[in-house]
Amino acid sequence: MSAGTKTAAARFADIVGDTHSVQDSASLAAYTIDARQPSVAVRPGSSEQVAEIVKRASVERLAIVPVGARTKLAIGLPPRQYDIALDLTRLNRIIAYDPDDLTLSVEAGVTLRELAKVLAEHRQLLPLAVPFFDRATVGGTIASGVDSPLRQYYGTARDYVRGIEFVTGEGTPAKSGGRVVKNVTGYDLHKLMIGALGTLGVITKINFRTFPSPFETRAFVANFDTAERALAMRALVARSPVTPITMEIFSPGTADLLYSAPPAQIERHAIAPGLISNDSWSLTSGVAGTAQTLDRCEAEFRQMASQTGALGTTVLGPDQIPGVFGRKREFIPIALASSSAATILKVSVLPSRMKDALAEIAGAARNNSLRWAAMARGVGIIYAALLPDSLGDDWCARTVRTANQIQVSVARAEGHGTIPWCPSEWKSSLSVWGADPSDLPQMRALKAVFDPHGILSPGRFVGGI
Amino acid sequence: MDSHLLRDLKKLLGQDAVLDKKEDLLLYEYDGSVEVARPNCVVFPRTTAQVLKIVQLANEHNTPVVGRGAGTGLSGGALARHGGILIVFSRMNRILTIDVKNQRAVVQPGVVNSDLSAAVADAGLHFAPDPSSQKACTIGGNVAENSGGPHTLAYGVTTNHILALEVVLPTGELIRIGSQSLDSPGYDLTGLFVGSEGTIGLATEITVKLTRLPESVKTLLAIFDSIDDATETVADITARGITPAACEMLDGWTLRAIEDYVHAGFPLDSGAVLLIDVDGLREAVESQAEGVADVCRVHHAREVRVARDAAERDLLWKGRKNAFGAVGRLSPTYYVQDGVIPRTKLPATLRRINEIGKKYGFDIGNIFHAGDGNLHPIILFDARDEDQFRRAVATSDEIISFCIEMGGSITGEHGVGMEKDRLMPLLFSEADLDLMRRVRDVFNPKGLLNPGKILPSSKSCGEIHVRPLPVAGAPPA
Repeated sequence: MSAGTKTAAARFADIVGDTHSVQDSASLAAYTIDARQPSVAVRPGSSEQVAEIVKRASVERLAIVPVGARTKLAIGLPPRQYDIALDLTRLNRIIAYDPDDLTLSVEAGVTLRELAKVLAEHRQLLPLAVPFFDRATVGGTIASGVDSPLRQYYGTARDYVRGIEFVTGEGTPAKSGGRVVKNVTGYDLHKLMIGALGTLGVITKINFRTFPSPFETRAFVANFDTAERALAMRALVARSPVTPITMEIFSPGTADLLYSAPPAQIERHAIAPGLISNDSWSLTSGVAGTAQTLDRCEAEFRQMASQTGALGTTVLGPDQIPGVFGRKREFIPIALASSSAATILKVSVLPSRMKDALAEIAGAARNNSLRWAAMARGVGIIYAALLPDSLGDDWCARTVRTANQIQVSVARAEGHGTIPWCPSEWKSSLSVWGADPSDLPQMRALKAVFDPHGILSPGRFVGGI
Repeated sequence: MDSHLLRDLKKLLGQDAVLDKKEDLLLYEYDGSVEVARPNCVVFPRTTAQVLKIVQLANEHNTPVVGRGAGTGLSGGALARHGGILIVFSRMNRILTIDVKNQRAVVQPGVVNSDLSAAVADAGLHFAPDPSSQKACTIGGNVAENSGGPHTLAYGVTTNHILALEVVLPTGELIRIGSQSLDSPGYDLTGLFVGSEGTIGLATEITVKLTRLPESVKTLLAIFDSIDDATETVADITARGITPAACEMLDGWTLRAIEDYVHAGFPLDSGAVLLIDVDGLREAVESQAEGVADVCRVHHAREVRVARDAAERDLLWKGRKNAFGAVGRLSPTYYVQDGVIPRTKLPATLRRINEIGKKYGFDIGNIFHAGDGNLHPIILFDARDEDQFRRAVATSDEIISFCIEMGGSITGEHGVGMEKDRLMPLLFSEADLDLMRRVRDVFNPKGLLNPGKILPSSKSCGEIHVRPLPVAGAPPA
């Protein structure tokens, strides 16, 4: 950072006040991204202040990374330059919530936990059951594009975010979409913001469509001796009239993780011993509705499980559901806690190709003697956790070989594999975003429109955007 | 039009795929809106390669290009506002692949919406977006306009069902965005493209998600003496945790117009009816139908009818889907608005619409997607009378302004097109619009593709211009 920066940092204090401009190294350590520490962390109290900060940074060509609860900063490549951590946690107001209209408008720093509480008072929900749920902010969740087990039924953020307000890389406040449930007015720029890792704009406000909460839920666990059988059950469910709200398959070996002491931020809901076994594939699925509907679903599930050769089926009652659901939601933090060098691959393939993808993951890990565990969502997303023993060079080489092999094979099957979580030290060896997409030139051109000086999260995104 | 360009187009596509005689072009001046604009020629490509070549020729001749499906649009999106080449996709109407296992299909843009659903019905699937024009409108048009329909409340609009696109850019390049599998890394260009109203590229291949048909469907018709009661019912249904697959409201005036034409069995003396679909598992449908009927009765429904079979259900929906056709019999011209409001503001908005109609001396029928607050007020007028036309536009603008005051939007599913571009500054700041303009220019740098749409051309800040005289409309969504 240049010599003039210190004065710049002081001038950010002019905007947000001394107490909200952090410059001491000890406090800044909390904002570290891939071993890089910013020179200053600023905590604006309004979207106007956000605009002012970005404008000033833009003029001085200082690089900004917007942050919330800092639970997902490991996602992406190391920032090319990192001067300012723009901490949005003070933007924590629920601006409007009209349950009868199914509309919700919130500032970026509101936590998901807080939102869930407010929505629950009106028997509604936002289907963002994402990892690090207890701490995560809504802005970070949207910007990082992480998904939720509830996508099986509700889709992803792009399906229920109705509008976003943001500040461009030049410090200009802008917006797209609106508040109402249905709207086709103008370009959906907000779709670009979802999962863009803060490279196009600093999200200050998000409008959602909310959903009525189901009255009752029930869940099932069916264990199988092969992935093929578990996936056959998935396919049967997909063809059946049952519309589950979640459906995940855990690989053998996952039980070790799920039953181990979960990290502190994870809800402590026990799950019954033996529910998920270390040597079988476990399909877990939740359904919602009235008691009568749930009875019907249960009957259908039992039949489909037996048809596909399940070793056993367990019906989970209300006391067991949070434990299983919480572990599906927190699979990534649980895996990260189990190895200092945990590397998480996100593999996306057509559902019919999940069998091959899982076989590839298992084969590649075995060839390289790596411990692994996987959670496969019914929609065709697999999170494969590679769990090396240490950060040593040999473990790095094995992990890189395994990840590469999986990524290449998945790409050949018209899918894609990215590495949202891995040790910082390994990022230069791994292909964090997979192969460059063919539409990268258009993406770069869009980046230049939103952030002409390249000061927003530079270098962290796909293709080094 | 440049005779060289015309010659080149005919050489490329064949004589039977190019129209340039005035009498042939007349048909392509219109869509389902009240707008009019004539292209210089109309072409009918059969392949992506031909589309690419057409766009390259247009570039060489600096001529505008506009894509068009069936021309059922309601905002002038598929009209050649500044002339040029109109590319009609009706001959690119093949379903390329159907992948039942993965619930995907790849289609050409000219495939008719309901044809795709029909093609996959045997596999228990359908393409969920269902605009009222679904028997005519094309999936390419649905993608351009991000079309909705009565069942979007539960199933979402077009953008929720599109995974990937092959796109011819106005610069004459071919790109692929999105993918068959979910969560493509990088910016969501598919999300940007869907609903861009044909201004950033021409989709030549579309990968869609197919949705499982529900096991059971029940259609209820709830009859109310007052619109307020019907409206309160809608909010209360949600409060009970029920999301109906569709929730449509028709006011008394519209009901009478429809009944006269369709004979769907709508009561002639009521204030409003709600037409509600619940679907899903048999058991769920039973209990939800009971729940909905209860709520209706609590809010003083005079009668709640449940369609006994598919034939009765189809008849009730026929009434709804043919509403605009029915209205078309009453007046030489009608103007359909597409404003959106938070649905709890329905009673106030309907009262206001009524007052506005009285003020300008028009009958206004109201038919709308009550579940999501998407209004379709229908203003009946005679476009041949210039004064009436001016008053109709003024009426419409006043209604839209009121929707915005209520925290709503100017269009829920019909698009901005060339009809509402001048109203955009009422919702968006100059900075918002400038950013949108620059995003468009990334793809459409010379402005050759569908010029004069969505974004206001000048900083007119919503002032009202009188447009050329329109002609009769066609059935909208």
